[in-house]
Amino acid sequence: MAAVEAAPAAILPPARRVPDRFRTVSGAIAAAAPVILVVIVVILFQQAAPAVKHFGLGFLTGTDWNPVTDTFGALPAIFGTVATSLLALVIAVPVGVAVAVVLAEQGQASVRGILGIAIELLAAIPSVVYGIWALYVLAPWSFQHIEIPISDRFGGSIGWLSQPGARSLFNASLVLAVMILPTLSAISREVIRAVPRGLRESAVALGSTWWETTWRVILPSARAGIFGATILALGRALGETIAVTMVIGNRYAIPPSIFSPAYTLASVIANEFNEATGTLYPAALIELGLVLILVTLVVNIFALLLVRSISGEASRAA
Amino acid sequence: MNRNVRRRFASTAWLGVMYVLTVIALIPLGLVLWFVVTRGLPSVLHPEFFTNSFRPFGVPGGGVAHAIVGTGILVGLASLMAIPIGILGGIYVAEYAADPWASWVRLASDVLVGTPSIAIGLFAYALVVVPVHHFSGIAGSVALAILMLPIVIRTTEGAVALIPHGLRESGLALGLPRWRVSIQLILPAAVPGVITGALLAVARASGETAPLLFTSLGNTLFQVNPTQAMQALPLTVYQYALLPYKSLQDQAWGAALVLVVLVLGINLISRWVLRRQIRLAGQL
Repeated sequence: MAAVEAAPAAILPPARRVPDRFRTVSGAIAAAAPVILVVIVVILFQQAAPAVKHFGLGFLTGTDWNPVTDTFGALPAIFGTVATSLLALVIAVPVGVAVAVVLAEQGQASVRGILGIAIELLAAIPSVVYGIWALYVLAPWSFQHIEIPISDRFGGSIGWLSQPGARSLFNASLVLAVMILPTLSAISREVIRAVPRGLRESAVALGSTWWETTWRVILPSARAGIFGATILALGRALGETIAVTMVIGNRYAIPPSIFSPAYTLASVIANEFNEATGTLYPAALIELGLVLILVTLVVNIFALLLVRSISGEASRAA
Repeated sequence: MNRNVRRRFASTAWLGVMYVLTVIALIPLGLVLWFVVTRGLPSVLHPEFFTNSFRPFGVPGGGVAHAIVGTGILVGLASLMAIPIGILGGIYVAEYAADPWASWVRLASDVLVGTPSIAIGLFAYALVVVPVHHFSGIAGSVALAILMLPIVIRTTEGAVALIPHGLRESGLALGLPRWRVSIQLILPAAVPGVITGALLAVARASGETAPLLFTSLGNTLFQVNPTQAMQALPLTVYQYALLPYKSLQDQAWGAALVLVVLVLGINLISRWVLRRQIRLAGQL
């Protein structure tokens, strides 16, 4: 394309070049995406202003949430959001990387194609469908077959593995793990594919088995990209609302155990915003949304730049 | 045991572990589909399910007609806003890929895709609901349009980038202005890919609940006026599933089935269209 643009300049004198109005117009229309992003943050900040002014930084460390006395602190919700997302990553990353390894290089192309489609369909299922399934199927099952056995065994000595319940931080993490799996495995697959063929062939030529090649050569060179995929999945998990709201139990406190009910930033907003009256209460809820969006923005931009710089390196190497 | 035999055995064993984990990853898909179909089918098989609207607990013959029509209107309005802007934006990003502004648009789109949908709902609430003091379908569709826009931009970009340079160069060589090359030459060749993007965006928007909670709010009545509060399928699943009434819970499963068929159907169709695009681009 650069060659196309350069050609007329070489033939015609510069004065006769027509200004590219299409570039200006379509560029202005494309501005919708960045403009919306900025406006979202600005408007949420403006709407949250009463709470921001009233509580200052104490909002982030306060643990009380009481609309009657107008005391609002975000710490339990921040804790719940971070804890569910990290626990979901712990569950999903090993599985997601295994899927990516299989999808990237194992077996027949047709089998891989079908597997790939199935994983992508997993990403297409709406959050609320995961929610109703988790509420009626996954959470009761996990309560009976994961939470109770673990807490019977370890709950006596380890406090954060006691008090099993069907609506719990753990079950919310379990649904989240299912929901971020497609993001993880799709991006990790691309990263693993981008590992130069020569590396794999050299390892095999030196007599490495499939596993030695994968574990000592492929995965280490894809490490940064898999990390990027993990951070991107973290961004998805932090902002996930509906499915989490349906199973987390919605209790505004830092839970004593991962099997206890908790709350996340997004689910507090989802549950309480329509009932919030006065000025401080809705503003505090919007400030929760502001905290959420700023955290996900930072996480996402970091992950995108990471993944982008890696795929750039890979295409230069190829 | 011989060291090499052990190494080969370990390799096969690990390969087995990888396959087992892949199967574990697919179990949720199977289970979700199984439960949605088996629990939703009995509700869906009642003809009133598609023709009637909300009936309170104890009144037989309730349905989700209001939610289906609501989802259609909400997503339709959102598409009218997001798809034209997204297509033009996507053409810009692909045609002027070297512009620094294009890479900003690309980054902003990718970030917007990952923005929590509940925050977009709050934004649409502040932007549309607060000034008019009224929940409305329009507010809901604004929120959905913001969700759809980055998807349309990125898939259009991908489809346009697939078109060989030869086509663009022939148009320019014939003296066509840039806008005619992009709109009348490149875009028609990229149509299947662009449709794929639009379909994926529609599928995503149809399934979203969080952005509608404070904008379109939900409604128990059948109504088609987008300036009023409006029901949608995902809202139905969310609201009914949390109620203590068995008949409404059953309807929640039914609505979930309709939603899954809709979303997965659109996804599979878009995949088929995309395959045609790749074949078409290969012929150019």
